[in-house]
Amino acid sequence: MNQPSDFLIIAAVLISIGIYGIVVKRNALRLIFSIELIANAVNLVIVAFSRMLPNPQGQVFVLFSIAISAAEVAVGLGIMIIAYRFYKDIDVTEYKNLKN
Amino acid sequence: MADALFVGLSILTVGSAIISLESRELLYGGIALAVSLLGIAGFFIILDAPFVAMFQIAVYVGAVAVLVIFTVMLVRSPNTVTKSETVKRKVAGIALGLAFLALIGSLIGNSVISQLGFSDTVPVVEIKEIGRELLTYYSPVLIVLAFTLAGSIIGALALARREDIEEKNEPA
Repeated sequence: MNQPSDFLIIAAVLISIGIYGIVVKRNALRLIFSIELIANAVNLVIVAFSRMLPNPQGQVFVLFSIAISAAEVAVGLGIMIIAYRFYKDIDVTEYKNLKN
Repeated sequence: MADALFVGLSILTVGSAIISLESRELLYGGIALAVSLLGIAGFFIILDAPFVAMFQIAVYVGAVAVLVIFTVMLVRSPNTVTKSETVKRKVAGIALGLAFLALIGSLIGNSVISQLGFSDTVPVVEIKEIGRELLTYYSPVLIVLAFTLAGSIIGALALARREDIEEKNEPA
């Protein structure tokens, strides 16, 4: 039988992969992938605790969280497409107009 | 101890998460991200939350992954491999991730959560109960969430609009 700590370990592994991606990658799409991985790991933690207690409100909050991150991805990809149109690249080190 | 299904899902989820960040083609990275999100949905099914799992598949694998793959096709540039990804930066990123993992692992190992278990005697959360929570206590949140989603979708459409094409199509 699974323990709650197993799910927490898997979520911690996913969050560290996401941190690695955010630190290392400079491609805007890969940054969005990393953010998605971290958000999903957090959802996994909430559902694991909701199963452990057991309490349905954890699942309700995860539904809200999934909807919010869907909205976030839509806006992020829209910003990325318009930045690609300006700079002809999706490397975030090329976006230098806000510097200085 | 963890059972075989859990181990398989863990390998699928973590492995495709790594592939989604490390694959050379960006398109394969998007597909691997969809597989990883599908693995998370499998974890939700193990945790007796089938409604959340279905929502995850519908929203993430159905909408977000398709959106990401379409964006990859739209922004296909000759150099999708990043130039500034040096070895030093990579080593620093791996070290930071491993340090975070060690911190959280030691926290989980030393806390009381490592002795707790899932109770098998209590009844599983019913979908009916989730619906009741959504429509009674959390109904204002649901309405605000609907407005947020609509606003973000309209904002994304307004961002991605192209003025040059529109001026050409307008009647003089």
